[in-house]
This record gives sequence, C-alpha cells and structure tokens, in this order.
Amino acid sequence: MAAFTLKINGQARQVDVDPNTPLLWAIRDGAGLTGTKYGCGVAQCGACTVYVDGQTVRSCSMPVSAIGTSEITTIEGLDSKEAKAVQAAWVALDVPQCGYCQSGQVMSATALLSVNPTPTDNDIDLAMNGNICRCATYVRIRAAIHGAAKSLEG
Amino acid sequence: MSLFKNSMLALVAGGLAAGLLAFAEPSFQEADAAVSNPTKLQSVSAFAKIKNKNERAVALFTEAGKVIQSPRCMNCHPATERPTQTDRMRPHIPLVVRGEGGVGAAGGLACATCHHENNFDAANVPGNPKWALAPIEMAWQGKTLGQICTQIKDKERNGGKDMAALVKHMAEDELVGWGWHPGGNRTPAPGTQKQFGELIKAWADAGAACPKG
Repeated sequence: MAAFTLKINGQARQVDVDPNTPLLWAIRDGAGLTGTKYGCGVAQCGACTVYVDGQTVRSCSMPVSAIGTSEITTIEGLDSKEAKAVQAAWVALDVPQCGYCQSGQVMSATALLSVNPTPTDNDIDLAMNGNICRCATYVRIRAAIHGAAKSLEG
Repeated sequence: MSLFKNSMLALVAGGLAAGLLAFAEPSFQEADAAVSNPTKLQSVSAFAKIKNKNERAVALFTEAGKVIQSPRCMNCHPATERPTQTDRMRPHIPLVVRGEGGVGAAGGLACATCHHENNFDAANVPGNPKWALAPIEMAWQGKTLGQICTQIKDKERNGGKDMAALVKHMAEDELVGWGWHPGGNRTPAPGTQKQFGELIKAWADAGAACPKG
C-alpha cells in the first residue's frame, strides 16, 4: 500500500492503495466518489470515464501511480456549460433507462461538445462508440447530444 | 403454432447457433495462441556467405521483414483509418480512427483515452508515451514486403528520413521498441530490437536493395 494525494474535482484527496490499483478504484473506494462506474475493467465499455487534465480517460485502464499531479474530473465535478446543456438534454429526452452507463455517457458527450460544438451523427458515433449501453439507448443519446448542441448555440 | 412452441423452437435454434459458433470461433486468446509468428531472428553474420551485395541486401531485409510484418508492427500501420489489434489483426474494438496526428478523431475517441505511458496488464491495455497510428502514407497492411521496402526508403513516405535516420528509427525508437515488450498475451516481435537494428543497418550498408514483388 502507498499513500497518494489525488486532485479530484479541485480538491486534494488522500488515498492509501496499492500503486497498481486502477484509478477507478482509487476514486470509488479511496475517495468515496461512486458516480464513476465499474463496467468491464478492460477499457471496453466506457462506464468508468473520467477526465485526466481534461482528456477523457477510462479510469480502469490507468494505475493510480501514473496520475501524479494531474487534475481528475469525475461526474460529480462536471459543471461546464456543455455539461449543463448535456444534463438538461438528458432530462428533457429521458435518456437513461437503467442508468448504469450514464455517467460515462455524459462525460464523453460533454467532452465531445467542448471540442466540437456542432457534431454530426458521424462525429457523435466516433466519440461515443466506446461507451456501451446495455439498454441500447443510443438513439436517445445521439438525439440528446444534438439537443444539447442546439441549446448551446445561443 | 402456439407462442410457447415458437419460443421453444427459437431457444433450440439459438442454442444450436451458439454451439456452432463456439466451434467455429475460438476465443481471441485461443486464436491468438494459434497464430504462427516467428520468434527468432538470424544474426547479420548468418548472411555473410552471400557474396552478391544485392542478394545479401534482399536476404537481410527479408529477415528484418519478420519484424516488420509481425502483428506488433502491422497493427498500427493500417491501410484504412482504423487500426487492427491482437495477433489475429482484427479491427480495433472499440472503433477508433487515425485522426490528425494519428492519435484519434478530434473530439472523438483518442488513443490516450485508453492507452497511457506504459502497458497496464490489469486491464490488458498496452501503452507507450508515443502511442499513435502511423500516417496513411506509411500504411503497410495489404502490401508485399517488397512494396513496404520500397516505401520505407521513399522520403515522401517515410517522414523525410534518409537512410541513417531510418536505421536509427528502427534501432532506437521507443515505440518501435515496444514491439518487443508488448505485455499481456501479445506475441512480441521476433528477436530483439538490437538484432533488428543490426539487420536494417547491414541492409542499408549492402545497398538497400528490396525484395521483388
């Protein structure tokens, strides 16, 4: 075990875990932030998506020892205008079904809109295809991203 | 036909299909193990007996080609926008594309979303600080070794490298070197990077002739 100070959502959080622990478990078990979900553990489903220095990262794919002083953002700390637009669109279209994958979906959708404010269907597919939804809410997810983009236009 | 009977037939048909698939499609891990890849390289000295310089160069490049054409190298030199993965060189899952700079679509799924500084075996995800796809002009998949040889000597298609820079790249580049330390259940490139670099240097010194075809 080793002590790490992680900067999560602007706050320093102490976690005492094995250095090879995936960031996901340092966030969930170490810092107690359970909005980030465990789905597959092998970077195939996107449920564990967080930002590391603004870059979307599958938190199951990175050991906590690799984080250093990087800034981590989880679903609990998402508050950009794009995030608010995504959240509103998600509610308006009633996107989630079981909801398990949704924090990862929202993280990826927000990241997409932060870089590309007017994504095409193809842009959305390329950005979101790594976020699997077992309820297959993909049609609503795509519509909600378009809706969020429209709301951000002004 | 009753709904119950239809359901039972569907279940039986589904079970049969699953059974057939199980026979037809072994798991990725099993299939990877079944792929035959060379594990060793002959040393440069083994080619000294070839007196004709061009023939020696061709033989040296053919030996080095065991590395170049290994899945560890070919997977990230795709002929399309999508890389391949595993020893079977199947399309990368999830769908990712080369994008600008070879690091994924802008605003889309970047390589760095999953691939980091080092291999992370707990998630079976490979990594390297320079993880990226080769540019499309450096595509190797679908090409013969002779075509690849001609291509890597062409400054228009090798990133502007002269022969010395090409030798250095093959012998020392750390992303090239990852091919011998891929982690997980990935088969390493044959031999060592040092041996590979020596073969490429000897090929260059012998005039860098390419295999025909």
